[in-house]
Amino acid sequence: MIDDLRAPAPKVPGPLRGLYGGNTRSVIARGLRVIARNNWLIVLTGFFEPVFYLLSMGLGLGALIGAVEFYGNEVPYAAYIAPALMAVSAMNGALYDSTMNVFFRLRYGKLYDQMLSTSLGPLDVALGEIALALFRGLLYATGFMAVTTLLGLNLSWTAVLAIPAALVVAFGFAAVGLAATSFMKSFQHLDMVFFVMLPMFLLSATFFPITVYPEAVQWVIMAMPLWHAVDMIRQLTTGLIQPSIWGHLAYFGVMIAVGTTAATARLKALFLR
Amino acid sequence: MISARSLTKRFGDFTAVDGIDFDIAPGESFGFLGPNGAGKSTTMRMIAATSTRTDGDLTVLGLDTNHHGPEIRAQLGIVPQGDLLDEELRVIDNLTVYGRYFGLPRAYVRRRAEDLLDFAQLREKRLSRVEGLSGGMKRRLTIARGLINNPRIMLLDEPTTGLDPQARHILWDRLFRLKEEGTTLVVTTHFMDEAEQLCDRLVVIDRGRIVTEGSPSSLIRRYSTREVLEVRFGSSRNEEAARTTAGIGDRQEVLPDRILIYADDGENALQAVLDRGLEPVTSLVRRSSLEDVFLRLTGRSLIE
Amino acid sequence: MTTTTGPAAVIDKTMAADPARARRWGWWAVVEHLVLRMRRYIATLLITGIGSPFLYLLGLGAGLGVLVDEGEGVGGVPYLTFVAPALVLASVMQTSVQENVLGTFGGFKWFNMFPAMRLTPVTPAQMAVGVQVGALIRVLPLLGFYLIAVVAFGIADPLRALALVPVGVLLSLAVGFLVMGWVSTQEHDRGQLSFVERFGVVPLTLFSGTYFPLDTLPGYLQPIGWVSPLWHAVELGRAAMYGHRPGIDLAAVHIGYLALLAAAGAWLSVRHFRRRLDE
Repeated sequence: MIDDLRAPAPKVPGPLRGLYGGNTRSVIARGLRVIARNNWLIVLTGFFEPVFYLLSMGLGLGALIGAVEFYGNEVPYAAYIAPALMAVSAMNGALYDSTMNVFFRLRYGKLYDQMLSTSLGPLDVALGEIALALFRGLLYATGFMAVTTLLGLNLSWTAVLAIPAALVVAFGFAAVGLAATSFMKSFQHLDMVFFVMLPMFLLSATFFPITVYPEAVQWVIMAMPLWHAVDMIRQLTTGLIQPSIWGHLAYFGVMIAVGTTAATARLKALFLR
Repeated sequence: MISARSLTKRFGDFTAVDGIDFDIAPGESFGFLGPNGAGKSTTMRMIAATSTRTDGDLTVLGLDTNHHGPEIRAQLGIVPQGDLLDEELRVIDNLTVYGRYFGLPRAYVRRRAEDLLDFAQLREKRLSRVEGLSGGMKRRLTIARGLINNPRIMLLDEPTTGLDPQARHILWDRLFRLKEEGTTLVVTTHFMDEAEQLCDRLVVIDRGRIVTEGSPSSLIRRYSTREVLEVRFGSSRNEEAARTTAGIGDRQEVLPDRILIYADDGENALQAVLDRGLEPVTSLVRRSSLEDVFLRLTGRSLIE
Repeated sequence: MTTTTGPAAVIDKTMAADPARARRWGWWAVVEHLVLRMRRYIATLLITGIGSPFLYLLGLGAGLGVLVDEGEGVGGVPYLTFVAPALVLASVMQTSVQENVLGTFGGFKWFNMFPAMRLTPVTPAQMAVGVQVGALIRVLPLLGFYLIAVVAFGIADPLRALALVPVGVLLSLAVGFLVMGWVSTQEHDRGQLSFVERFGVVPLTLFSGTYFPLDTLPGYLQPIGWVSPLWHAVELGRAAMYGHRPGIDLAAVHIGYLALLAAAGAWLSVRHFRRRLDE
């Protein structure tokens, strides 16, 4: 009855030994299976929120506002907010997944306890979570691009690049979010995430250019990650690409580097508490 | 205090309680003993007027349970299975919040909650969140909560299920104190030791019907012998051994894993087994219990 | 652990529960329980309560106002005046929905409130009313903070702004009872509770003439506004704050519609509470 097959010992060299079992695949496979079996409907419906915003604000406010100036060109209002909504949706998805979902599973689901009582290490789990978050982000970004293309809101072929750009944005937010979650002890801490998200959503040139604000306020907004995400994706979908796009990319490059390094360093605090 | 006649509860085609009669007197400690799914909890819910009976009559303190829910519950202290505490609130707040549901004045509820904290031996946990308490502490808090309205009857649904032995004894000690004060206790349980500890009188209930009724000791006397011998021969040899042991003692029950031999003198019975050339893997002589009564009456074990 | 406590009797025979009083005031005991729970989140509630009026009015309203007012404002008033009552009422709706999802589903499942109350003289109808009043206890301070902001920024005069309070209460009752009527039928949380936010709050906020007049939307989208409790409340709010027409002329219709929704939701909720708790 008992077969002679034993679990192979993980072979991971170097400083990651003890953190990484080299089997992130299995974490991703489990996540995909859960989506396929149980909550594909819930995952699917997440796609609608930005579309609702686009229809409402684009059609309604668009009728009042007409066009908005972007890098010296007049852009129809719907085409102006569409890329911003894509950036917001990338941020929301990545932050929800890496903070709230991870926190709930840590505290209530006991899912990670199960995973970590096998030969998986905390890094497998963390990478798996980020990969799943990015997969969802990819689905949403692609779906949203399809809608905006149908509505004629992509003004240039460079809009295709908005999909990888949205993934970069999501990666940045997910990595930082995961690092932040490692410091959270209670739901009150989780609320802090939303205190950061809401002002960014409302003010980061999402629905109107930040030039309406005094210069000091503009500088504060330009320091926030969402503004960089919005401006980067907007340059791509409108085709009005500026040299500053490299700055935006660099901003997220730093976010990804700092976020993953911090999250890896805090992995034990996060999962082995 | 409580009187039931042909009490019946049906859920669709399924009859959970099938025409039972019982009377519970003031100050009495009354038990419903039976396996899971026997209809004990359904009966308790009907007594608490939180479930409507399908047929028959049921009065609590002279009031019909189908029409006087709030008036009846004002006089009851209910300890449900699973505690139903607000785990995110602190211990003391769970007591005061509950007291207010009975329409008691706030100042009185505060004072009363402090007294009950002592009764439940939770003084030092006063400001702790409930989620951090042990199972025994939670159950004691639930009992204290049930006492906040100075009830005339306490309903306890499986009060010690899931607790460790020490926590059970602390709990029994607290309940015994209530009993001494003259509070009427109604207890459901599937533990015979609990029924023996707590109940003056009990009914054995199975598949929605009352199988028998009496005090724990009288039931054991009526349906069992003074002692029981349990012998094991290993699951493969059990039946074969049973053919050889036939006739020893007053009566035998052959279970899948062991043979129970009922006799007034267990050691004598064991000697008889050995004399027939059998070599049991283990053997145990014990006093007879309600478990044996149940097995005798239904042919099934109480805890499956 | 075997210490015995003092000789005082456990049962206090001088004091008995008062079922008549519980019948009258049971709903208030439910509110007390909910308020006790809110104490844990008081910092969050205060920060969002004070922060969101500023963010929405100054951030969004004023920012969009610069773009919109390049035209001629909306309906003869500056954009900020137009959008302020809508932002207030959208916040009211969102808060009421949140509290009702949490209070109703949580009451049945997460914190065992209703099953435990069921063991006391409190009735299912009182539980439903209690949760609704509990939601109002969160809605009212929020309304207060918004009104302070509205008056402080000179968007409307204080008396007119005050008229938003009864409108907000009516809206909270209407959406609150409707949400409760549905959530009370849900036995398990498999993520469908978030649909209330995704397919209720968000689209209603976006298509109820909140950020722009309903008639700027294409005709096929306008019926969403007509059935939306938020749109009716916003029409009332605008009528109160700057005499918006036809809001004033149709005030009776708007009030009647909201009252009807509240009554229907309350009826459904009580029915579901009773059934679930088997009265």
